[in-house]
Amino acid sequence: MSTMQDSREATMVGRRSDGTLIRRPLSPHLQVYDMLQMTSALSISHRITGVAWVAGVLVMTWWLVAAAAGPSAFDAVQWFLGSFLGILLLMGVTAAAWFHTLAGIRHLAWDAGWGYDIPTVYKTGRAVLIGTAVLTALTWLMLLISW
Amino acid sequence: MSHTTSGQAPRQAQLRSPLGRVRGMGSAKSGAHHWWMQRVTSIALLPLTIWFVLSLATNAGMTHGEVLLWIGSPLNAVLLLALIGLTFHHTASGLQVIIEDYANSEWVKIASILAVKAVCWLLGIAAALAVLRIAV
Repeated sequence: MSTMQDSREATMVGRRSDGTLIRRPLSPHLQVYDMLQMTSALSISHRITGVAWVAGVLVMTWWLVAAAAGPSAFDAVQWFLGSFLGILLLMGVTAAAWFHTLAGIRHLAWDAGWGYDIPTVYKTGRAVLIGTAVLTALTWLMLLISW
Repeated sequence: MSHTTSGQAPRQAQLRSPLGRVRGMGSAKSGAHHWWMQRVTSIALLPLTIWFVLSLATNAGMTHGEVLLWIGSPLNAVLLLALIGLTFHHTASGLQVIIEDYANSEWVKIASILAVKAVCWLLGIAAALAVLRIAV
């Protein structure tokens, strides 16, 4: 197919059951979305940060089990968490966790029926992003002060 | 279902059976239970996770002995056990939804969900056992 002149053409590219292309209308799917708009970007980020948080859950489990296992196992996990890779991992998990937490609160508000209009969606979206940055920085400030 | 008038086919206003509507379980066979538990665990995890992260962030320099005392205190041990159970429940059900959305083949879907649940159960038990060994 030649270069599209009209973005609506993106929903007209169908396939027959034998796989050959045919021009017919399809339900709009990912091809009609601008993935750089805040609504869809924050939506998929909620999923991605949820999966990323699994890394933090694994570290928590390792830390607890090592604490119960004894001093040498505990030293190993503390050494890893204090290493460059460990700090990088913890910083990433902290940011992902704050994002997932704040975006999760936004989802709970939506579940309660609040905040569905577009101006509010953008306002709360910006609040989630700013809140993630602020709370991640504050968490690490506290951590560095107590270290 | 309305009664037929002469010459007209019977008209069904509802495709769902009355029993199905009363049970309210839908095509998922378990109603909104999975969705609802995801919300309930998230609300419970909100204060628990913030407590855990802030406790560790403000005590980053703890020695092994201090960590054992912290985990072993009754209040912390109870909150940790709640945190572990809810975290792994929320993680498993969240990952399950993602797998259900993206896995194309039924076998891959079922195998992945079972694997996720197995890992979450085992790690959850291990974490809980660690807390209990320290606290009890």
